[in-house]
Amino acid sequence: MQAARQDTDLSLSPEYNQPQGAKQPLDPHLKALENEAIHIFREVAAEFDKPVMLYSIGKDSSVLLHLARKAFFPGRVPFPLLHIDTGWKFPEMIAFRDEMARRFDLDLIVHTNPRGAVEGISPFSHGSAYHTDVMKTEALRQALDAGKYDAAFGGARRDEEASRAKERIYSFRTADHKWDPRNQRPELWNIYNGMIRRGESVRAFPLSNWTEVDIWRYIQAEAIPLPPLYYAKPRKYVERDGMLMWAEDPRFEALPGEEVQEGMLRFRTLGCWPLTGGIRSDATTLDEVIAELEIATVSERQGRAIDRDQSGSMEKKKREGYF
Amino acid sequence: MTASATATAALADTVPAAAPLSSTPLAAQRDSRPLRLITCGSVDDGKSTLIGRLLWDTKAVKEDQAATLRRDSVGKQNDLGLPDFALLLDGLQAEREQGITIDVAYRYFATDRRSFIVADTPGHEQYTRNMATGASTADLAVLLVDARAGILEQTRRHATIASLMGIRQFVLAVNKFDLTNYDRARFEEIANEFREIALSLGIRQVTAIPMSALKGENVVYDGRAAMPWYEGPTLVEFLEQAPVRSGQAVGFRLPVQRVSRPGESFRGYQGTVAGGAVKPGDSVVVLPSGMVANVTKIVTFDLVRNAAVSGDAITLVLDRQVDVARGDVIAAIDAQPQVGTAFDAQLVALQPDGIQPGKRYWLKAGARRQRVTVRPTSLLDIKTGVWSAHTDAFAMNAIGKVALDFDEQAVFDPYEQNRATGAFILIDPDTLNTVAGGMITAKRSSIGGLHAGGDEARVVLTLPADLADKLMATELFSSRRHEADVRRMSASEAADLWKDAGGDI
Repeated sequence: MQAARQDTDLSLSPEYNQPQGAKQPLDPHLKALENEAIHIFREVAAEFDKPVMLYSIGKDSSVLLHLARKAFFPGRVPFPLLHIDTGWKFPEMIAFRDEMARRFDLDLIVHTNPRGAVEGISPFSHGSAYHTDVMKTEALRQALDAGKYDAAFGGARRDEEASRAKERIYSFRTADHKWDPRNQRPELWNIYNGMIRRGESVRAFPLSNWTEVDIWRYIQAEAIPLPPLYYAKPRKYVERDGMLMWAEDPRFEALPGEEVQEGMLRFRTLGCWPLTGGIRSDATTLDEVIAELEIATVSERQGRAIDRDQSGSMEKKKREGYF
Repeated sequence: MTASATATAALADTVPAAAPLSSTPLAAQRDSRPLRLITCGSVDDGKSTLIGRLLWDTKAVKEDQAATLRRDSVGKQNDLGLPDFALLLDGLQAEREQGITIDVAYRYFATDRRSFIVADTPGHEQYTRNMATGASTADLAVLLVDARAGILEQTRRHATIASLMGIRQFVLAVNKFDLTNYDRARFEEIANEFREIALSLGIRQVTAIPMSALKGENVVYDGRAAMPWYEGPTLVEFLEQAPVRSGQAVGFRLPVQRVSRPGESFRGYQGTVAGGAVKPGDSVVVLPSGMVANVTKIVTFDLVRNAAVSGDAITLVLDRQVDVARGDVIAAIDAQPQVGTAFDAQLVALQPDGIQPGKRYWLKAGARRQRVTVRPTSLLDIKTGVWSAHTDAFAMNAIGKVALDFDEQAVFDPYEQNRATGAFILIDPDTLNTVAGGMITAKRSSIGGLHAGGDEARVVLTLPADLADKLMATELFSSRRHEADVRRMSASEAADLWKDAGGDI
């Protein structure tokens, strides 16, 4: 066994050639979730011609990336990561994304909808719904079409939102990326039907059965790196429509009567900064973030403007191709 | 006071002596994998209320979700002033409008001891397919009955489907028990009636619990105030200690998902252990080819491991160059699965086109996809539990037995022995949709030789009367009894007859 470690082969993942310290084994609950996710990764990679992993830089994406690295070890992750950049992401997200791609030797594709710059689309001038529709949903379709990807991994979890509770692990999409919740393929045991026609595709969700608590416990157990936005530090923000909006971007404009405050702030989910509310917090370490979560009574999506328009809004967006 | 505390306060009137659950789920290490369960019952049995109550009382409903729920529930609150739990559960707008659940939804909740995944499936007859889907991954089934109505035909139907899908543990939730004035005799009557049904299906593990999901009695919190005579567990207490299915007591199986060949110095076979255990040094066989090798190591991201057990996603390295491809099964050399081109199976038809006799489908099992011809042989009457011969098409939601004939060698275990290597799906080559879920019952090995003369061939056996009795008592034989001629004779008469018969097989 020692011998295998010595014949260094640079095509293998760097970890394979390094001695590893003994690590606390995962508890059986997290181990079962990890095993299931790895199974799904391998199945999709084997069955589809051109998979891609949607990488949104948040904690779920960080877990997803970690699982992908585990699934294909000692090989590299055998597909590219795709980040849809709306142009309104936190700069700390972009820096973290590029660092991960460098550190783990990943193929990273970044796509921004050119209409954004041409038409000057912003969540402020065009509203969150239109911005999301063009800069996320339409941009995603553009990138998937351009890459001719027939499978796309996403980090969605069934516990996130009611319409996701019925989502399959292999979620079938028509050639124009539509999701038909009334006509989903039955999914039995852990046997997934990956047969599609040209142009059709599948969204695959290895984290389907994870809850928010599982994600945090796994990050803790596996020491998975996260963007610094999840940790509190002094940040400038305003309170707008009940949301704490980050106010350090040059494009930020205070509304009449709004006062820019500075205080310890962190984020439970990451997205476009004008649409992602922070929370006041003193949690600067992972343990502190988790301790806060234990007493939290608000679901993580609450910080997102996208879900609040109306009940069922996520289902509507999904039908239209939003991830 | 937080909104969550307000929510709890609103419940306080209806939850007798509520001891709050500890709110530190993150700190707790879980000593088992999540328990997966399926809930079966009709709209009228209060299933949505039960699941809503489980989520609510285990604090799986967060403040803002509760607020949305309250807003959407305006005018729909029940008489206890609680929100309409069904709104929490029915995710899809179309269902909301129709007021029914039409598909399988997965719900998540946890206590300090364990986490749970609930497959929430509809109870209407036409949705057998959804129940089969939910049951395929479940360790346990919770069957709901309305205490006033008692056991219904559909209760039997749900129990039948669940047991066919391999579920061996049942909880009978006798709901709306408050509406029978907590009548103990009524509870025992229903529980006994169900035990008999379960026994007829070969199910011995039945736990009946009287409850009111609406009032929250015996779901998460106990209902002692209302029914002091009940000394059993609440639903959640029972679920916390129910055993999960373990695939470890069978021979080692690794369906190969992918061959990992990242560089010249490494070749590994990646997959999830589908039964048994493996360690370096073990002798294994690659099926269907039959080539033999030894395991040199088990590679995972974390460390080179000394052993792997059922459920582990691993990469296996063998000691010699053998031809292994995706879809092959690496198995223990001393406990091999069955390899052949003809198997018998049971299946559930999942789509409006049903299952057509003689049609060639794609079959996917493990990581293997191959062509198969499907021949129906008998059909289950779900209402009565009786099988009868049936060689025509199966309609959607039918449960039937079929003969499978493969173009190439297939590798299976009987589903009863190993769920992971005994289950399959059928894919329609025209629509590419999943049209059936199936379970292997046995290999038709001996029949393969006998069958050589085609469907019209007949075979004469002579065998001891006691063995004949046993064979004729089997389901398979009785379902095709009308096709067989049976004569009783003495041993010497049989020997005479045999003299003139054709060649042995």
